[in-house]
Amino acid sequence: MDPTAAKYIGAGIACIGMGGAGVGVGIIFGNYLAAALRNPSAAQGQFGNLIFGFAITEALGIFSLLIALLLLFGL
Amino acid sequence: MQVDPIHQFQIHNWAPLFSLGGHQISFTNSALYMFIIVGLVSLLLIGATSRRAVVPGRLQSIAEMSYEFVADTVRSSAGTEGMKFFPFVFTLFMFVLFANLIGLIPYSFTVTSQLIITVTLALLVFFLVVGYGFWRNGLHFLNLFVPKGVPKLILPAIVAIEVLSFVSRPVSHSVRLFANMLAGHITLQVFAGFVIMLGSAGILGLFGATLPFILVILLTALELLVAFLQAYVFAILTCIYLNDAIHPGH
Repeated sequence: MDPTAAKYIGAGIACIGMGGAGVGVGIIFGNYLAAALRNPSAAQGQFGNLIFGFAITEALGIFSLLIALLLLFGL
Repeated sequence: MQVDPIHQFQIHNWAPLFSLGGHQISFTNSALYMFIIVGLVSLLLIGATSRRAVVPGRLQSIAEMSYEFVADTVRSSAGTEGMKFFPFVFTLFMFVLFANLIGLIPYSFTVTSQLIITVTLALLVFFLVVGYGFWRNGLHFLNLFVPKGVPKLILPAIVAIEVLSFVSRPVSHSVRLFANMLAGHITLQVFAGFVIMLGSAGILGLFGATLPFILVILLTALELLVAFLQAYVFAILTCIYLNDAIHPGH
């Protein structure tokens, strides 16, 4: 196979990992919303934890994006 | 008519200053925008707090709200002891926020869409955490990698994972901001390109162009949210990392 084509295919495959991060971020915000509707008074205090969990989950998706970017422009 | 979505991230050398170890050091558009950001932040905060009315005006409210917001974040995630790092976190937050917001103005340059800028900021935080952690706790700082109550059998694996996750922090810290800004601006540019391509295709295309045009407006609103959220995420992660340096025990 042409190496350039393999590179582009690999970058595309690497981006699939971001789908998992999307699912994870959706679960985090969905659960936060569900919990916030049950107990609205406690919601504001957990906003920092929400953003922290969001950031940690998003990091894993970003790693796969990083692999894709490395394949496209770096290597 | 073709639109190149990457063109907006190009760095132009405007004035070559001097060369350092074989590298050309120049005054670039990136440097100019950083000067603009620092100037704007200074102007806002100094100008807003110079009169100090008891009932704050509009400008003073902005300054007080951003101060209170960041102070609450630092206090809740790094404790009262973390408040000594408040000036550092506040500076980072305002710089990233203004860089993101200025980047949203059409034809301007987004400083935070350059990986070198975000990596520099993230490494600054990383080395501050490592340095302060060892300075304050000595070798007890290494307790960070040894969680309590883990069975001896799997402890080596846990320590390896903890070290790996600690070392990959500056990577995710910097690439998160960079990738969000880059992807957002490319998306905006691609949809703006649709508007131009359809709009130049005759009267029927003009009707077709309204749909991507509406999308561009909505995406700009989304980017405004992302710009603020990423600045906040950058600040709160800095606080959480600093918290590890202050209280290394799990």
